[in-house]
Amino acid sequence: MGQQHQAVLRSGLGMLLAGLFAQPVRAEYGMNLVRGATDYSHRVFDLHMISLWVCIAIGVVVFGAMFYSLFAFRKSRGAVASNFHENTTVEVLWTIVPFIILIAMAIPATKTLIALEDTTDSGLTIKITGYQWRWQYDYLEQGVSFFSNLAATSRDATKGDPTSVEHYLLEVDEPLVVPINTKIRFVITSNDVIHSWWVPALGWKQDAVPGFINDSWTNIPQPGVYRGQCAELCGKDHGFMPIVVEAKTREDYETWLTAKKAEAEAAKSGADREWGKDELVERGKTVYGTYCVACHQANGQGIPPAFPALAGGVIATGPVEGHIDRVLHGKPGTAMQAFGLQLNDVDLAAVITYERNAFGNDKGDFVQPKQIKAAR
Amino acid sequence: MATLAHEVDHQHGPARGILRWVFTTNHKDIGSLYLWLALIMFLTGGSLAMLIRAELFQPGLQLVEPIVFNRLTTMHGLIMVFGAVMPAWTGFANWMIPMMIGAPDMALPRMNNWSFWLLPFAFSLLMSTWFLDGGAPAFGWTFYAPLSTTFAPSTTDVFIFAVHLMGFSSIMGAINVIATVLNMRAPGMTLMKMPLFCWTWLVTAFLLIAAMPVLAGTVTMMLTDRHFGTSFFSAAGGGDPVLFQHVFWFFGHPEVYIMILPAFGVVSEIIPTFARKQIFGYASMVYAISAIAFLSFIVWAHHMFATGMPVAGELYFMYATMLIAVPTGVKVFNWVTTLWRGSISFETPMLFALAFVFLFTIGGFSGLMLAIGPADMQYTDTYFVVAHFHYVLVPGAVFALMAGAYYWIPKWTGHMYNERLGKLHFWLSAISVNVLFFPMHFVGLQGMPRRIPDYALQFADFNRISSIGGFVFGLSQLLFVYIMIATVRGGVKATDRVWEGSHGLEWTLPSPAPYHSFTTAPEIP
Repeated sequence: MGQQHQAVLRSGLGMLLAGLFAQPVRAEYGMNLVRGATDYSHRVFDLHMISLWVCIAIGVVVFGAMFYSLFAFRKSRGAVASNFHENTTVEVLWTIVPFIILIAMAIPATKTLIALEDTTDSGLTIKITGYQWRWQYDYLEQGVSFFSNLAATSRDATKGDPTSVEHYLLEVDEPLVVPINTKIRFVITSNDVIHSWWVPALGWKQDAVPGFINDSWTNIPQPGVYRGQCAELCGKDHGFMPIVVEAKTREDYETWLTAKKAEAEAAKSGADREWGKDELVERGKTVYGTYCVACHQANGQGIPPAFPALAGGVIATGPVEGHIDRVLHGKPGTAMQAFGLQLNDVDLAAVITYERNAFGNDKGDFVQPKQIKAAR
Repeated sequence: MATLAHEVDHQHGPARGILRWVFTTNHKDIGSLYLWLALIMFLTGGSLAMLIRAELFQPGLQLVEPIVFNRLTTMHGLIMVFGAVMPAWTGFANWMIPMMIGAPDMALPRMNNWSFWLLPFAFSLLMSTWFLDGGAPAFGWTFYAPLSTTFAPSTTDVFIFAVHLMGFSSIMGAINVIATVLNMRAPGMTLMKMPLFCWTWLVTAFLLIAAMPVLAGTVTMMLTDRHFGTSFFSAAGGGDPVLFQHVFWFFGHPEVYIMILPAFGVVSEIIPTFARKQIFGYASMVYAISAIAFLSFIVWAHHMFATGMPVAGELYFMYATMLIAVPTGVKVFNWVTTLWRGSISFETPMLFALAFVFLFTIGGFSGLMLAIGPADMQYTDTYFVVAHFHYVLVPGAVFALMAGAYYWIPKWTGHMYNERLGKLHFWLSAISVNVLFFPMHFVGLQGMPRRIPDYALQFADFNRISSIGGFVFGLSQLLFVYIMIATVRGGVKATDRVWEGSHGLEWTLPSPAPYHSFTTAPEIP
């Protein structure tokens, strides 16, 4: 081929190699389906491997015949074309044999699908609710409920250096903690749009559909940490609402559960007392960094017109009642959600106080949790 | 075969000036208009893909905000499906069907003109959303409710209108194809003597007529949910978001066969020509096309295995989906058997057609894996699906389009394209397309979801490789544009036959084919 063409190909190859080997990102990678941590995920992995091997075997035969033909029957090699263009026997065979292979694949697949369906006889039920853009976990019979957000370390690194963060984009502030060797039934729904709850190590995903409940189950035999992500496009932060499941021994799980219940009690009692402005602002800053920063930005400038600025904003510097109402009840028809459903009285009081006293706003006023409770 | 020289004498040529293109009812002109539109849309959708791959080149958000990324992926999908692949196939239908069946033009030439001219308006509307308050659609080309209804900006209504216009265009085009194929074949050309490309378009036209109205219904239900108080897709009002998915995919699954069946037809024309051997099993090919088309209507919920369907439904859709492998396999075996004991040469159209058989089949394998319901619960909404559909659409449908372009451009223009450049375009595309899409299987299996602008570190290396493949692939298509434009403008004069092994009525016409061809019906041997 011409000199010019050679030069183009060489420089292209050079670019390819340079790109491949420059700045390697040091994280383990694999190529196959996650085998997972449960009996069920192992069954799914086995189904995957069966279908993969069937495809490879068929591919070897078909592509073998094809590439052999391309080599052996080249006109440049002197091949003269034959005349045949039908053969009923062969055609019937290669219709029936694939059909039989498909039946053989369908049988184990059917059994596995039926196994996932059976959510009865579970030892624990957890309700999972998808929100834009976080998960809420409700231990229905234990009275524990909390939100699980992308960890601040990851969020802060998206425009910085992701490689400096362990489990970048797969870390949360509050993991879902479950006991091992217990059949856990999940009931899954959504507060707004369709999300999907997926932890590859458990072997399945289920959509979180607003107004409907899907269920599924798992039983994890070994302690460990299993990570997943939302798997249905749900708006701008679809890629930023991960899932972390921590499976603990029964004793460790019970310890955690007790601590969580105590936290809930403390939050409730916190709501009854009077808070000082500084402690509200400090707490509010953390709440803002988890729930508000994605839209209104760290400097309160927002991304107008979709996400208004809080710095000097009409509501943030206006009457307190209006500010409380907006945060509690959201603004229908926009992306501003009703955070009264997601945050407790203390956190709401804190974040509103913070917004009124940050970004150059200096209202000086502050909001007590009791005011929030009254406004609900 | 002798040139039909007397055909050329008593005819007027095309009208003069730019209004020729506005008012033309000539199938060749309209075919060219569709093909140019498709090429421009392909480059537009491809540019969006380059931005996507640039953002995904490394972990972190370097180029665009997440909402903009969602707009990029949405518009890339909409433009490629509705703006590139579908109009391109309609362009081929317009150019080739009348010539292949010995007809003077399409059955309904004025409707043909309107079918085309709807499209530039539809795409201008769609593209205008980038500049309107609310921005371009950001809910994926599959636009699931309620993200696309309750939670979507006002530009969604512009999107809905654009979809209606595109659908109208497709339906009218399909009516035209059916009327032409059923009524205007030259005497002696029975359906079972018709070229396979015409068969695939006949069947595709029925799919379009059945499926596009369902899409129209779907977007209308979206519109009434948004503005007229209905609750089709809202549980609060007694509806169901999953209903959206059912109606969308009832359109959506036949839609993907609409995009691939004409590709099967083109490949079935090209391989016999360059293997110098008749297609193996013509009748089975016709039955396989019909079986695939029928099955395409009864498998839609395999896109919904994770939505919480009852197990009986999941089992049924799994079995029905797996069945499609049988007639598709028959077609692949027939192409390979056509090669067997042929006399094969490797001009550019043949290279693209062979790459189609190899790489589309790989996409078919991942499709079979996806059909397995429980396994799909791990694959769905991951890059494994992205890999699958890009394999069947890019080295599948798009390579077949390019194969057809190289194959027939000498007939359209009277000039041979530059064979060395064509082969260079082929090898650059064929290698880079695999560098681009094959690693997506791996990251998908390892847990990378779709439609995310940033990803965990373990997906970084393969994403970088994909992006490099993407940049090379994208640049290589500029070479294709150059080759096509250069061939329109000049080149070695093409003979009537063009290719030594070609058979079919189109090769009995001069190259370039006269503005009006087969004004008298030819004799069918």
